[in-house]
Amino acid sequence: MENRILKDENDRVDGFLKVTGGAKYFAEYELPGLTYGVLVTSTITKGKITALDTKAAEKAPGVIAVLSHLNKPSAPAYEQEGGSQMKIFYTDKIFYNGQPIAIVVANTFERATYAASLVKATYAKEEFNTNLDKALKNSKAKKLQGQPDYKRGIENAYKTAEIKIEQQYILPIETHNPMELHGIIADWRPANKVTVYAKTQGVKATQGTIANVFKIPIENIQVNSEFVGGGFGMGLRTWPLEIATVMASKHIGKPVKLVITRMQMFTMVGNRPTAIQKVGLGATKDGKLTGITHTAFGETASYENFTEGVVNMAKFMYQCDNVNTSYTIVPVDLGVPIWMRGPGEATGAFALESAIDELAHELDMDPLDFRIKNDPEMDQQKNKPFSSKNIKEAYKLGAEKIGWGKRKNKPGSLIEGSWQTGYGVSVGVFNANRGKASVKGILRADGTLLLQSATSDIGPGTGTGMGLIASKLLNIPTSKITFELGDSSLPPAPSQGGSATLSTIGSAVNDVCVALKSTIAELAANSNMDATSNFVDVLKKNKLPSVEITKESQSGKERDNYSMYSFSIHFVQVKVHSLTGVVKVSKIVSVGDSGKIVSSKTARSQMVGGAVGGIGMALTEEAIVDHRYGRYINNNFADYHVPVNADVPEIDVIFIDKPDFLVNPMGAKGMGEIALIGFSAAVANAVFNATGKRIRNLPITPDKILA
Amino acid sequence: MINFQYLRTTSAKSALVLLQKGKNSKFLAGGTNLIDLMKRGVTAPERLIDINHVPLKQIELIGTKIHIGAMATNSAVADHALIKEKLPLLSWALQAGASAQLRNVATVGGNMMQRTRCGYFYDTEMPCNKREAGSGCGAIDGFNRMHAIFGTSEKCIAVHPSDMCIALVALDAEVVLLNSKGERKILFKDFHRLAGDTPQLDNNLRPDEMIVRVEIPLNNLAKNSYYLKVRDRASYAFALVSVAAGLELLNNKIVNVRLAMGGVAHKPWRLTTAEEFLKGKDATTENFEQAAKLSMTDAKGFGENNFKLKLAPNTIIEALNLAKSKA
Repeated sequence: MENRILKDENDRVDGFLKVTGGAKYFAEYELPGLTYGVLVTSTITKGKITALDTKAAEKAPGVIAVLSHLNKPSAPAYEQEGGSQMKIFYTDKIFYNGQPIAIVVANTFERATYAASLVKATYAKEEFNTNLDKALKNSKAKKLQGQPDYKRGIENAYKTAEIKIEQQYILPIETHNPMELHGIIADWRPANKVTVYAKTQGVKATQGTIANVFKIPIENIQVNSEFVGGGFGMGLRTWPLEIATVMASKHIGKPVKLVITRMQMFTMVGNRPTAIQKVGLGATKDGKLTGITHTAFGETASYENFTEGVVNMAKFMYQCDNVNTSYTIVPVDLGVPIWMRGPGEATGAFALESAIDELAHELDMDPLDFRIKNDPEMDQQKNKPFSSKNIKEAYKLGAEKIGWGKRKNKPGSLIEGSWQTGYGVSVGVFNANRGKASVKGILRADGTLLLQSATSDIGPGTGTGMGLIASKLLNIPTSKITFELGDSSLPPAPSQGGSATLSTIGSAVNDVCVALKSTIAELAANSNMDATSNFVDVLKKNKLPSVEITKESQSGKERDNYSMYSFSIHFVQVKVHSLTGVVKVSKIVSVGDSGKIVSSKTARSQMVGGAVGGIGMALTEEAIVDHRYGRYINNNFADYHVPVNADVPEIDVIFIDKPDFLVNPMGAKGMGEIALIGFSAAVANAVFNATGKRIRNLPITPDKILA
Repeated sequence: MINFQYLRTTSAKSALVLLQKGKNSKFLAGGTNLIDLMKRGVTAPERLIDINHVPLKQIELIGTKIHIGAMATNSAVADHALIKEKLPLLSWALQAGASAQLRNVATVGGNMMQRTRCGYFYDTEMPCNKREAGSGCGAIDGFNRMHAIFGTSEKCIAVHPSDMCIALVALDAEVVLLNSKGERKILFKDFHRLAGDTPQLDNNLRPDEMIVRVEIPLNNLAKNSYYLKVRDRASYAFALVSVAAGLELLNNKIVNVRLAMGGVAHKPWRLTTAEEFLKGKDATTENFEQAAKLSMTDAKGFGENNFKLKLAPNTIIEALNLAKSKA
C-alpha cells in the first residue's frame, strides 16, 4: 500500500486509498478477454420450469453462452444426490421468486443484460407461502427446532409472578445491502487453475467452497479480495450466483464477471429474516426478576435451514433463577437468510430489552435501576464467572453523558410545542469470540515490518488494528508496518464475522511479534549486542536482510473456565412529533465494554456505524414482500429506507477500555456486533417514554405512532 | 428491453418536429425517472429526444408573473434569489424533494412528467392498470401504505410523487405548452388528471406537445408560507403526506390562503374548500382544525393507508400553524 498518509497512528491505513479511488474492489479488475454474466431469475415463487427458451438470447449480439439446468455445466459435487444447499442450475425446481435460473454471458455487460431479457421461461406454478405469520397459524406447515429448548428452574415462572408482562414483538425482513453490489470475477484456466476476485468476508472460505463444488485441489484456487465495500454478514458464504460464474468461466474458458443488480441484492444474498417473538417476564414487587420466557419464531428457506442466536441473551444477561427459551425456524418460500450484523442477538435483544423496559414501567421503576438491580454476578447459564464485565460502570457513564437525570419515569412528561421528548436505554451483548489463525511476520533490515494473513477487511479497519498491535509490541511506527490480507495464498485465517477478527488475527499478530522480538534478542546476544538493540542494527550486524516467522494462535484453557462476552449500553433521546408521528433520534450515547481498545478511531467508527444501522432497524428498514406474489415491493434504495445523514444526530461513543487478558493477549474483545445489538430497543423504549406508545412491531414509522 | 434511437436537438420547434416523426418518442430531460422506467421495462420508447440543449432555462419576472423555463433544473429554481424572495414555498418544496444530486439534473418539466412510484407500476411481473390497461391493480388489496385517499378509482390508487407540483398548484401556476400551432396555456391544477378509467394517463399534455414553461403570478404569501413534508426518513423519501400552505395575514385575519396536499391523490390536491372556509377568518388553531376537517370530507382509506386519514388533517393544521408563526 503506497501513498499512505498517516497523520497520527490511529488513522486508517487504507483511508487515503479509499477516499481517492485508489482502493481496487473486485469488480474493478480488468482481465484480458473478460466477459460479462447477467442472471435470469424466476418470476414465479414456487413450481417447476417446464420450458426455457434460450434461442433468441443465444443469437443476440455478443452472446457467448447461456447456462441453465438444461445444459448443466460441470460441477462434480452437484452431480451427487443430497445436501441441503441450493445447487444452482441442477434442478428445474423453483424455490423462491427471484431465484437465478440461467446466466447469460456476453462480451459486454450491456449485451448480456439485453440477451438476458430474451430468455423466456415457462413454469408450472405451485401454491406457496412467504408469510411467517400465516405459516405459524397453519398447523400443517413445517416447523423445525432452531436450537435445543433451554430450561433453568421453573418453566414459565413469570406467569405466577407478582408483577408480570407478556408481549409479542415482530421484526420485518432487513437486508444487508452494503453500498458495493455483490458479485465475483472468475477466471478458470487450463489444468483447472482458478483465480477469482471476490466480494467475500473469507477468502479461505470462498476457496474451500469452490474446491468442494468443483472437486479440484484447494491449492489450484486463488482468491483475491483486498478491498470489500461492506458486508454486514452477506459475504459469509459463497452464494449460488458465485458458483454460477465459476461454472460459466469453466464452460467458456474465459474470465467472467458478474455484478448483480440492486434489486437482486434483495433476493440472492440473504437477509435478516422476519421474526415473531414472545417474551414473558415476571418480577417481585420490589423489582427482582423471577421468570424469563423467550419464545422465538424465525424464517428459513424451504431448501435450506438457517438458524441464529435469537434467544441467547435471555439465558444469562439478567440474574434470574427461572428461565426458559425456545427457538423455532419456519420454512417459507423465500431465499435463504444469512447472518446480518448482530446476528440473532439483535433480533432477540429488541424483544427482550423492550420487555425489560415494559416490566420496569409496570413496576414504576427507572429501567436503568431495574437493570442494575438484576445485574448478575456470574453467568447463570454456564455457571461460570464472567472474564470481565463492567456494565454498571457503563450504565453510569452513559447515563451521565445523555443526561438521564432529565428523564421522567412517567411517559409523555416532556413536551415542547408539538414535540415530545423521551429517553431510552438498552443493553447489547455478544460472544467475545476468538478462533484460530496464522500470521506471518517479516521484519526487514530497512526498518519495516510486513504482516500477512488470509483474513478480510469488510470495513472495520483490520489492517489498522493489526498495525497498532505490532507497533506497540515492536516499537515500530505504524507507517513502517504493512498488513496484507484478502489473499487466499497467505497464512490461513477464518472469515471475518462474529466480531472475532481483532481477537483471532490480532492474537496471532501478537504471537508473531513476541517471537520476532525474542529472535532479535537472540541474534543480538549472539553478536554481542545489547539485548535492547534496535532490530535494524541487529539485522545489519548479522548481515540478514530480514527475519521471518509464522505463528498459529488460538485460545487456551481459560476459555473453558470463564464466560466471555462483550457488552454495550445504548442511550438515546428521541423527539416525537405528536401530530405527524415523525420520530427523530436527537441524541445518542453508546458505551462499549469490550476490553482494551486497540484502535481508537476505527473502534469509534464501528460504534457509530452500529448506531446508524440501529436507527435504520428501529425507524426505517423493512423489506416488504407482497405475499400474494412472493415478490418484494420496495427492492431499491429509494423505497427501502436506510437512514440518511439527516436522520443521524451527533453520536457520543464511550469506551470502558479495560483489558481482559483472559480473552486474548491484547485484552481486547470484539465489538462489531454489540455496536448494533440492542440499539433498536433503546429507540423503542425512548419512543414509549416520550409518548406512552409501545411499538412492538419494527420499524417505528409515523403511521404506527398515529395509530 | 428494446433498442432505441437517441436524438438531440437545440430548439423547441425542432424537438416538436422530431416528436411527431416517430410514433413512440419521448423527450429526455434530466432522465432521473425515465431512465429507471426504461431499465425496469415499464416504458420502451423507440426514440429518445434529448432536449437538454433546448434553451428553456430562464427564471425571470415578466410583468406580474414569474416565468420558469421547463428545462430549468430543480436546484437552479430552488436556489434562485427571485424564487427565494417571491415564492419561497416553491423553493422549499423543491428542496424537500429527492436528493441534491437528483435536483441538480431534474428539470421543472421533467418533474411534472414524473410517474408514480407505486411498486406495482414498476414491477412488470405484477398487475398494474397504469402500466398495462386491464391487468388489474396490485395496490388496492396489496401494499397501499403510500397510496391515495382522495379521488381514487377502482382502477388505480397511485399518487403523484412530486413536491414541486404541490407548491405550483398552490401558487396558481399556469403551464405553457407548445404545439405546431403555437402556445397553449392551462392552469396547473388542470394539468394532472385523476386516474378514473384511464389511469395510464397522468396528465393532459397532448402527444404532439411539449411543456415550455410555467408562469406563476406574484402574491403576498411569501411572508407566511410553509411546505411540510411528512416522510419515513428525513431526506430522500417520498411524502406520506405533504402540505403546501401560504397565508396572507392582516392583523391575524386571513386575507388570502392557499393550501395543497401531496401524497394523497393521483394529482396535486388543492384544498379549495378549506381555503374558502379560512378566507376572512382569524388565523387560529381552531379555524385551522376546522379547515382540516373540511378537507377530509371525501377521503377514503384502503387499509394500510388508513393512517393518512389522520395524518393528512394533522399535517394541514401543523403546516398552517408553521406558516402563520413564520412572521
